[in-house]
Amino acid sequence: MDLLEYQGKQLFARHGLRVSQGLPVTTVEDAVTAAAEVGYPVVVKAQVLIGGRGKAGGVKLAADETEVREHAGNILGMDIKGHTVRTLWIEHASDIASEYYASVLLDRSAKKPLVMFSVEGGVDIEEVAEKTPEKLIRRHVDPLAGLSRAEAVEIASDGGVDADVIEGVADALVALYEVWLQEDATLTEINPLIVTPQREVKALDSKVSLDDNALYRHPDHQSLSDSENEDPIERRAKQEGVQYVKLDGDIGILGNGAGLVMSTLDVVAQAGGSPANFLDAGGGSNAEKIEQAVDLLLANDAVKAVLFNIFGGITRCDEVAQGLIAAFEQIKPSVPFVVRLDGTNDVEGRRLLQEAELPNVYAAKTMNEAAEKVVALAAGQSVGAPA
Amino acid sequence: MAVLVDESTRLAVAGITGREGTFHTLNNRSYGTDVVGGVTPGKGGQDVDGIPVFDSWEQAMAEVQPNTAMIFVPPRFAADSILEAAAAGVELVIAITEGIPAHDELRVYNTIKREHPGTRLIGPNCPGILSPGKANVGIIPASFFKAGNVGVVSRSGTLTYQIGNEIAQAGFGCSTIVGIGGDPVPGSSFVDVLELFEADEETELVVLSGEIGGSAEEEAAEHIAEHMTKPVVAYIAGFTAPAGKQMGHAGAIVSGSAGTAAAKAQALEAKGVRVGRTPTEAAAIAVEVLGGAALAAS
Repeated sequence: MDLLEYQGKQLFARHGLRVSQGLPVTTVEDAVTAAAEVGYPVVVKAQVLIGGRGKAGGVKLAADETEVREHAGNILGMDIKGHTVRTLWIEHASDIASEYYASVLLDRSAKKPLVMFSVEGGVDIEEVAEKTPEKLIRRHVDPLAGLSRAEAVEIASDGGVDADVIEGVADALVALYEVWLQEDATLTEINPLIVTPQREVKALDSKVSLDDNALYRHPDHQSLSDSENEDPIERRAKQEGVQYVKLDGDIGILGNGAGLVMSTLDVVAQAGGSPANFLDAGGGSNAEKIEQAVDLLLANDAVKAVLFNIFGGITRCDEVAQGLIAAFEQIKPSVPFVVRLDGTNDVEGRRLLQEAELPNVYAAKTMNEAAEKVVALAAGQSVGAPA
Repeated sequence: MAVLVDESTRLAVAGITGREGTFHTLNNRSYGTDVVGGVTPGKGGQDVDGIPVFDSWEQAMAEVQPNTAMIFVPPRFAADSILEAAAAGVELVIAITEGIPAHDELRVYNTIKREHPGTRLIGPNCPGILSPGKANVGIIPASFFKAGNVGVVSRSGTLTYQIGNEIAQAGFGCSTIVGIGGDPVPGSSFVDVLELFEADEETELVVLSGEIGGSAEEEAAEHIAEHMTKPVVAYIAGFTAPAGKQMGHAGAIVSGSAGTAAAKAQALEAKGVRVGRTPTEAAAIAVEVLGGAALAAS
């Protein structure tokens, strides 16, 4: 789960990282009130889970109430790369002497936390890593010991920060590591980490990704999800405990097992189709679960045809077929379905489907055959008689 | 021969008294796996269909000397159960549990490396390990596989069954099928399992099934080029996955421009590994390399 800037900053503040005073608002009037409270000049910042806000005009400095009104009015409702701005963060503007970069992430390759730091902040860090790798300090941390203050001082010093802020930067790094550790984050990033003319070290932005698997030990994280900007079908799937990802195409995909579903999307794309979603129905095969999954899938109006891809292992194809038949009686889908049943009890499963004579349901034996059929059906072509 | 599990496997199961744990343990036993015990705190002294249950891994070790542990407990208890099994001296721990926090996995991985170097962890979030005709530990449906000379290592369960089944239909069997799991910090990597297959006399070819996220496939490509004499055939899932979206598995996510399926396929092909564009094509390549006649689209 990715956090909005202001939510990340609230977590930062909780662990002792210095941030500017600010308030989240959702209306122009509240923006004006917030600006008066944090004190002019203020920065009006769009809160969306996508980079490039500044370039898109979603971050503006305001010297007085007139400017706050103008900017808040313009930015609220703005579309930034498909994300609608619903929340603004009104923050007291900071004077900047230097801009640094700092992050802590889970290095999957080394299987250790990785601290990255650079004095080249405020710019795209991937570019720094590519063009001037010597300016990006990368230091692995022993996850059983944590980041010590001495290590943090060394990172700041090796990074080449001004001598008078080595301590301040080290404090910030230790705090950033604590956020990463104690909040079960997979990424905590500050870009830029600024030094003010008064030599204060402050987080001017935040990027935080939290581990969904650790939600059970952070009940307070539940409220942090950006549910207003979430796709409504994805939000519903999450509530129902179904693994669903919305995509741009018109072929609904449903299968059992994450790897098989990912592979199904690829095979459909290779056959010339465009998948509308990823949906892993999991191992269960009862009618209720299948009905729930089919209902979710059809909530997307773009879906013109559906591919149901099951390779039965412990899941038995005859039970899946029974579940499908029961689900179809309830839902009565209006778009064609291609059903591929393979694996445990597949012959029996296909026989059940055939006997049920479901309208608009086509059987396929293999993944490739199923993909070709569903692509043709989505394009309005005939593929022979159903089932 | 086979790798990791075989006739010498002595299995004990954490979470044996749970519904899923009982079902799969008995399934593994009826396949022929020697199941010597189970561990459920507070239920020591009971039995599951004749299999003795112990309160701790230490007790299980003292009484029945398991050399293999299967972890079937819920995510919040799984990390401690894995470490307890390792501390008791179990050599191979296979963690089926899905949903363990990544930070717990980091702690488990690094603790085992440092304090219990004699223990190998497979998983978590994996379907287990099957050596056809010898032993089955986990939830892999054994009926699709027969004994043979293909080693399979995969981050995904169902995809493994898909590919394995196609290879079986072409008349070939498997030495061992190893599911390393779909989480960000797996206990064993592709490289770890490739080393085992390279050393295994029975294995003549390895099928590697990867997916988006991380760099385990790229590391495998380097390893194959430098250390493998046996042919490796690969399949990668997730070419159509958008960046920033987790595709079912916790570890299956493209972060920015890192971890894409295209980059992984390229890395493998650059080292001479043939990569099938579909599971069917990967199976067909494997069959072709083994000298078999490719079946028409099975």
